Amino acid sequence: MRILVMTKPVPDPAANAERLGPDLRLDRAASPTVVNGNDEYGLEAALQLVEKHGGEVAILTMAPTTGVETMRKALAMGAMRGVLVADDALVGADIPTTIRVLAAAAATQEFDLLLGGLDTSDGAGGAVTAGVAARLGLPLLSAAARIEPDEAAGRVRVQRLSARGYDLIEASMPAVISCTQALGTPRYPTLKGIMAARSRQITTLTLAGLGADLAPAGGQWPSRVLEVLPPPSRATGRTVTGAPADQAREIADYLADRRII
Amino acid sequence: MPATLLVVAEIADGHLTKLSAEIATLAAGLAASGGGGAVGLVLDPAPQTAATELAAYLPRVVSVASDAVAGQVWAPHAAAEARRLADEGVTHVLVGVTNDGRDVAGLLCGTLGWGILANASGASWDGEKIVVQATVLAGKAITRSIVDAPSAIVTVSPGAAEATELASAGAVETRAPVASPCVPAAIVIDRVAEAGAEASLEEAKVVVVGGRGVGGPEGFGLVDELASLLGGVTGASRAAVDAGWIPYARQIGQTGKVVRPSLYLSLGVSGAMQHRAGMQGSENIVAVNRDPDAPIAEIADLFVLGDLFEVGAALAAEIKTRRGG
Repeated sequence: MRILVMTKPVPDPAANAERLGPDLRLDRAASPTVVNGNDEYGLEAALQLVEKHGGEVAILTMAPTTGVETMRKALAMGAMRGVLVADDALVGADIPTTIRVLAAAAATQEFDLLLGGLDTSDGAGGAVTAGVAARLGLPLLSAAARIEPDEAAGRVRVQRLSARGYDLIEASMPAVISCTQALGTPRYPTLKGIMAARSRQITTLTLAGLGADLAPAGGQWPSRVLEVLPPPSRATGRTVTGAPADQAREIADYLADRRII
Repeated sequence: MPATLLVVAEIADGHLTKLSAEIATLAAGLAASGGGGAVGLVLDPAPQTAATELAAYLPRVVSVASDAVAGQVWAPHAAAEARRLADEGVTHVLVGVTNDGRDVAGLLCGTLGWGILANASGASWDGEKIVVQATVLAGKAITRSIVDAPSAIVTVSPGAAEATELASAGAVETRAPVASPCVPAAIVIDRVAEAGAEASLEEAKVVVVGGRGVGGPEGFGLVDELASLLGGVTGASRAAVDAGWIPYARQIGQTGKVVRPSLYLSLGVSGAMQHRAGMQGSENIVAVNRDPDAPIAEIADLFVLGDLFEVGAALAAEIKTRRGG
């Protein structure tokens, strides 16, 4: 199995310090950076598949050159090599450009499965992995909760999360899969993994190698933020203390006033 | 050239979803204010009922009966239908923030290269360009964003508009499906329902949520009882899902479902930012927690400081008493 996992460096949601900068773009210096959560679930699933079936897990990242630091975290988990697309012309890239560039970069690699997150915790657009499938003309198996490849048959089955549970879906490989938390908890890197990651190869690609026409000139993205507003403040609530029975009555009164009961 | 908006509708149990009705209303309003058109797309093995329902909100509905989507995943086929309508003049495609909706948005974006504005909670025009309002960074800010191009894709969050029927229903036009999906469509081998996942969290008027504080799967018995008494649906925080007490399908938050019920009632949920991103649009927020410093206190209309089992049981008894009296 050759599995390529798209991993995006994002502000660590646990630090809770995400903010937009004066240019109305995400301020990437404001927060420590981690591998996007849904990408990490995909990476964990990929590592387990390769442990079982043999093969290789590689990671693909589009980021500034500082993205190498976050890629090392994914390599420390067990990914064997990395491909970084870094180009000044991609700073602040919009979704269509991100899709085009990642698809072009993925096309330079050989893979049976291309994994990406269902969405990212910073942009939260949830369109990139599907978009890459469209650019590559490959089957899309989205919202994966379980991944079961059958190498002999050249097919892969995925449990796809649905409103009621899951759909069991199947397609031929190579295929693109979008990954979710339901795949299971990612491993922590071991000390040995961290040491090994230092010497693993990260190949850097630029737009010159992939196609300069993939991105509009001068970072003139058609999609842009016009203004940032503070979140609406809620009317100040009140705290209810006292004996449980009295508290329950107060809740019931509140609900009755609003015709909920 | 005036804009033409396309609403890619979704169906559950043969009927139009509430979210699709809201998006249709948003699109009809945009078409009216921008002097353009709005059309809905229904794609299903049996689309008639939902197409008729959608026509209550939109002047024109394209209804496509497709046997293929009975046995294959829906989004690549829906994206192909949307692509055909784009070739016929649709300039803006609106989908819901759902797994299927986001797949359609991504597939279309990869196919057409149009810009995407995600998670819209409202939309308006700047000339002939669409401007979208969205909550970003797990609720830390609201942005107004534009796609500076004649065409765009918009993913729409629940509650962006209140579904409102037109004075007179629109026309339904039936069509044969496009020959092939926009990428090879995966086949559906089985559709599996998990226990407790029958009711839709996103559509529920009341959501009762259990967090780490409920202590274990048995703690959800009380959550379920209150949900049932209030005619609502059970949800969970990520901590409870990660602990394996309840399926992921019940998770509310940035990496789970986004809900906007008329009542959000939580038991033992601390209210981390990741969770708040999935519920802060709720109309009324009542939270029971024994920790006075729980972040959910900041956004609760009623913050009940106490033991969730005592307060929850007392509330269940109080509701039963009032109903019986």
